[in-house]
Amino acid sequence: MRKVYSQIENIAGNVVTIKADDIGYKELAVVESSMGTSLAQVIRLKGDNVSLQVFAGARGVSTDAQVRFLGHAMQVSFSENLLGRIFTGGGDPRDNGPALTDNLINIGGPSVNPAKRIIPKNMIRTGIPMIDVFNTLVESQKLPIFSVAGEPYNDLLARIALQAEVDVIILGGMGLKHDDYLSFRDTLEESGALSRTVMFIHTASDPVVECLLVPDSSLAVAEQFALEGKRVLVLLSDMTNFSDAMKEIAITMEQIPSNRGYPGDLYSQLASRYEKAVDFEGAGSITILGATTMPGDDVTHPVPDNTGYITEGQFYLRNGRIEPFGSLSRLKQMVNGDTRGDHRTIMNSMLQLYADYKSTLEKQSMGFRMSEWDRKLLIYGADFEAGMMDLSVNISLEDALDLGWKIMANCFEPMETGIPTKVTDEFWPKDAQASAKDEEKAPAAETVGA
Amino acid sequence: MATTTGKIVGVNGNLMTVRFEGAVSQNEVGYAVLDESRLMSEVVRVQGRNADLQVFEDTTGLRVGGLVEFTGELLAVELGPGLLAQIFDGLQNPLPRLAEQCGFFLQRGTYLDALPRDAKWAFTPTAKVGDSLTAGETLGTVPEGIYEHRIMVPFALPGVCTVEEISPAGDYTVIDLIAKLRDDRGEIHDACMMQRWPVKIPIKAYEERLRPKDPVVTKIRIVDTFFPVARGGTYCIPGPFGAGKTVLQQITSRHAEVDIVIIAACGERAGEVVETLREFPEITDPRTGKSLMERTVIICNTSSMPVAAREASVYTSVTLAEYYRQMGMNVLLLADSTSRWAQALREASGRLEEIPGEEAFPAYLESVIASFYERGGVVRLKDGSEGSVTIGGSVSPAGGNFDEPVTQATLKVVGAFHGLSRARSDARRYPAIDPLESWSKYASVADDELVANARGILRQGNEIDQMMKVVGEEGTTVEDFMVYLKAEYLDSVYLQQDAFDPVDEATSSDRQARVFGVLSNILNAKLSFADKDSARRLFHQLTQTTKDWNRVRMDAPEFEEIQKKLESMVAEVAHHA
Ligand SMILES: Nc1ncnc2c1ncn2[C@@H]1O[C@H](COP(=O)(O)OP(=O)(O)OP(=O)(O)O)[C@@H](O)[C@H]1O
Ligand SMILES: [Mg+2]
Repeated sequence: MRKVYSQIENIAGNVVTIKADDIGYKELAVVESSMGTSLAQVIRLKGDNVSLQVFAGARGVSTDAQVRFLGHAMQVSFSENLLGRIFTGGGDPRDNGPALTDNLINIGGPSVNPAKRIIPKNMIRTGIPMIDVFNTLVESQKLPIFSVAGEPYNDLLARIALQAEVDVIILGGMGLKHDDYLSFRDTLEESGALSRTVMFIHTASDPVVECLLVPDSSLAVAEQFALEGKRVLVLLSDMTNFSDAMKEIAITMEQIPSNRGYPGDLYSQLASRYEKAVDFEGAGSITILGATTMPGDDVTHPVPDNTGYITEGQFYLRNGRIEPFGSLSRLKQMVNGDTRGDHRTIMNSMLQLYADYKSTLEKQSMGFRMSEWDRKLLIYGADFEAGMMDLSVNISLEDALDLGWKIMANCFEPMETGIPTKVTDEFWPKDAQASAKDEEKAPAAETVGA
Repeated sequence: MATTTGKIVGVNGNLMTVRFEGAVSQNEVGYAVLDESRLMSEVVRVQGRNADLQVFEDTTGLRVGGLVEFTGELLAVELGPGLLAQIFDGLQNPLPRLAEQCGFFLQRGTYLDALPRDAKWAFTPTAKVGDSLTAGETLGTVPEGIYEHRIMVPFALPGVCTVEEISPAGDYTVIDLIAKLRDDRGEIHDACMMQRWPVKIPIKAYEERLRPKDPVVTKIRIVDTFFPVARGGTYCIPGPFGAGKTVLQQITSRHAEVDIVIIAACGERAGEVVETLREFPEITDPRTGKSLMERTVIICNTSSMPVAAREASVYTSVTLAEYYRQMGMNVLLLADSTSRWAQALREASGRLEEIPGEEAFPAYLESVIASFYERGGVVRLKDGSEGSVTIGGSVSPAGGNFDEPVTQATLKVVGAFHGLSRARSDARRYPAIDPLESWSKYASVADDELVANARGILRQGNEIDQMMKVVGEEGTTVEDFMVYLKAEYLDSVYLQQDAFDPVDEATSSDRQARVFGVLSNILNAKLSFADKDSARRLFHQLTQTTKDWNRVRMDAPEFEEIQKKLESMVAEVAHHA
């Protein structure tokens, strides 16, 4: 029987300090007080002073609360029984199912040896043209959705999860609104995906420290599934809440903040989670999609900024659409060469023309005269937005490429697109009736200002 | 020497405080004993009988009262044949062999020899018994892949030594005795092919430092022509996320005309290192005909690996670079990203509760950065030959704003600044080095006057572009419009370079001088046009043709043809005054 301590020396924020000895760094303890029972973790050892972060928060913890150490660091149970279940960040059931205690694994384990990683090579199909065509998602990629509160980023995550051909979905919810949590759950349930899903959910009303456990629990479980050969998709929403929880703890611990109150190790903390994305040689993979809300729509805010430095690209979700500019899948070139011969052509040309459309819009708003070419671009831009950018569109990559040709053929002559003749000869729709005939007036390639 | 031991009295993140008996020194290595494993750590501060150590591993499970054993040695690396083509972590653990032993995951407390002890190397002595030698002079050589690797008198030996014994030619391991050296006090030192050197101390076994003057040809046009890097010089690449810092360094690591490239992947993505380590063995280096890997060493402490080891990794890298420089080689060290290293310093400083400077970076940030870049340089060795270490570091400024401590401290000490701009990378103008902001103090591969002239046109073109955004094309004169077109032309056919085209990806210095000469003539030509549209049309054609030219090998007959075509296109509209 381990010794029980019942004299708390100091309480600050969610951190309590007691005097104890022979305690391991990061060891877990159970704190029992009149307000209930909570797990706590050692976050500092100094002489015989042991500081513990109380997961359920220190509110109501009295100085005579009982502290019992468990002799190990944070663990979660791993087995097939997790599938279909919903837990808190700490691994307690949130549904009405039984608590799981078999096959406990450590969370926050060591990183994969870079020499054992392989170059990612498999596309993940989502049915969303802005992703599949323009910024292809790749198995083992880590990619956040940058957006502001109110944008449907959770719907987008859920939709990608349902569409993607993965074996296991793990949802890590941090500071989720209760409604969002329920709608995630219902969406997965209705589509029958719940049975291949595990959820670790922290909602906005739960103790803040539990939020910190969500990514580690989710990723530890993901890692085990991946080692068993499963392709795992991990959704983390919202990583800004996770970062804010870290900020709160750091301030309690009187750490000197580096930037807008965030701790100096924000980058390392986020990176150690995102870097869990991996394609194991000879086993499965982990792909991570995160949601990162940008306070004040400011991408230079420390959370999106540090995230951008860690992830392999980002999707900007704005006005309910994935922005074609700024959004980038840094791994797309590893897969989009082997999909269909015209994939890269469509990707580059349609974006170039869309950029031209944008500068035409600008000219139009400045009151400059619209040329024949400008008018073609205006039609094109509208068609592109409706056919490709609208998130309700759900078509295969191949259909999206075909649609791309149709949209272009509807507005332009082949030579106006800047696509090499060899390619247009092969792919330009044969029955196309180009709406615009006025060739002389349309310059072949208008330079776009930087 | 009596080993010092101590007991843990505190743990905070990766910092542990140890009460010790005996003597410890700053930066000495100690091991925290935890069950079966020993966690490596380094003394970073001593206060009375307490030493603070940063632990190079995850500290979970360490407890107050735990045993710490000090080694009496500073953090050091192994130097000797067998470093090339290897992949190490920041503490010089060979990652592939670690994977063989531990599988998918890194295992804390597992340390392997950097240089395999069983490999044999064909040693040929060059020194004879009775020779008087000093540290860094050659005892013999072994072939290491494509290079002749010098086995040198250990750098730590003081004064003049006499060779007492030297092994005959033959195959030896790195720990076999190959020479006995007597120093001037009569003490005998054993030398083998491997020596150890503390990473935080520069190797100075050379005659003198020289001023960097010859260019390192990177084959990136905007660099070599406009913002050159000198052999033994230093430069930095700051830029917001996704602007192309890593790609730029990857391209440089492939094409740069140097003997050895050391890639320090410092706190960045593991995936990027994987690309290098999987691809380099497949790529043939045109200079040697062998795989690129044979001239490369990768030091990789990626972002999820322990933070303290990240701090060590840049020192490990630069020490290996200095080692090969001692053999008369030109070494290029590419560090991506030095900001992650600075952040590691910040984390350690925060835990030590030091008084923070700007953005919580420690007050000594500047001097630490300065002394790192100071380790670059060209030196004249004791045998008269020259060797160099060129250092290029990427910087990842918070919010992409160059007005932050790491960028500013770096700018003070480097010789060239390649600033990447978000505007250029968004417009896919790669490499996204901003031609108006960047600078270099080194000599260009092209004619200085022509370069100054071209930069003038770029600047004017930019001003006119800004103005046109307000007044529209209608409100701009044909003359101004032409300057704008010239600037755009230079940008798209020379500053921008297609990293994925087999020819365009690398432009030799000869070719740069030639092409830049032709372009300069075009930029300086007085052209007359009836209107803006005809000017635009010509520059469209020029752009298209010059881009085609960039994709043609210099030894192909077409190369001359296209040059003539360009010249005649311009001649048609030139003034004949
Ligand atoms: N020279 C180039 N040619 C073509 N594409 C490029 C080039 N440079 C960068 N890119 C594109 O930009 C993406 C990001 O580049 P890179 O990884 O070098 O950015 P970075 O500045 O290192 O970013 P971070 O700070 O996040 O590491 C690449 O994946 C690639 O798509
Ligand atoms: Mg990078």
